[in-house]
Amino acid sequence: MTISKDAFETHVLAILGPLHGVARRLTKNEADAEDLVAECVTRAWQARASLADTRAFRAWMFRILTNTFISERRKMLARPREEQLVDESSERENGFSLFERLHQPFLLWFANPEQEFLDKLLREDLDRALAALPEHYRVVVVLADVEGLKYGEIAEALDLPIGTVRSRLARARSALQRTLWSVARDHGLHTAPAAGTHG
Amino acid sequence: MSDTHDIGCELALKRLLEFVDGELREGEHDGVEQHLRICRNCCSRMEFESRLKERLSALSTQEVPSTTRDRVRDLIKRF
Repeated sequence: MTISKDAFETHVLAILGPLHGVARRLTKNEADAEDLVAECVTRAWQARASLADTRAFRAWMFRILTNTFISERRKMLARPREEQLVDESSERENGFSLFERLHQPFLLWFANPEQEFLDKLLREDLDRALAALPEHYRVVVVLADVEGLKYGEIAEALDLPIGTVRSRLARARSALQRTLWSVARDHGLHTAPAAGTHG
Repeated sequence: MSDTHDIGCELALKRLLEFVDGELREGEHDGVEQHLRICRNCCSRMEFESRLKERLSALSTQEVPSTTRDRVRDLIKRF
């Protein structure tokens, strides 16, 4: 049975916060985020017959949101190309662990360098690190860690096999931690590399 | 029947993020949990990853600009 207008409105308003939050992190500005949400809601209403189960409403809306973002951006770029949120062949990021970097003997003069780092980490640091991620990484981290979607919902939202969600999320977190490592340096939690060395 | 075989650091770390996400199957989850009880380093790392995830989760907000909320409401009214 197709969702009624009242039920549609109730469901949309219930997830408007996360929806707008993801839109803002994708577009990186408030005006575009609002346009994206509005376009997403319009497309969702037009496609309401494809919603089989209202329990899947959130993932269904995120899927429409990300698809809308891709298609709108493609229009803006005016250079059509086969585009998803990712080019898997370019993925080299893997295995960077902030914990391992922080948990090193030369940092042991801090009672607990990881704790120290988390204590000094500002909301703006996280915002900046997320914004610096490539889109295909940013979207999985935002869905999984900021908005708390389960892997199955992310797979549904991004139209990906769940195995791809797992591997991409691992790479995305690795990339995020690499960026945060430079934040740690800014906060004085590790020293600049000595001459002739490179971390 | 379960045994007390330790899965070791390498496998525990490989599964750590999915453990933190609550996405492991029961047997795998138990294996990691058991390892964390006996390995201080892996346990510290798990705590670090959990806290970092909590910090990211705290970025989520229910706050929506009133202009956006009004626009969405108006939009739906006109459907």
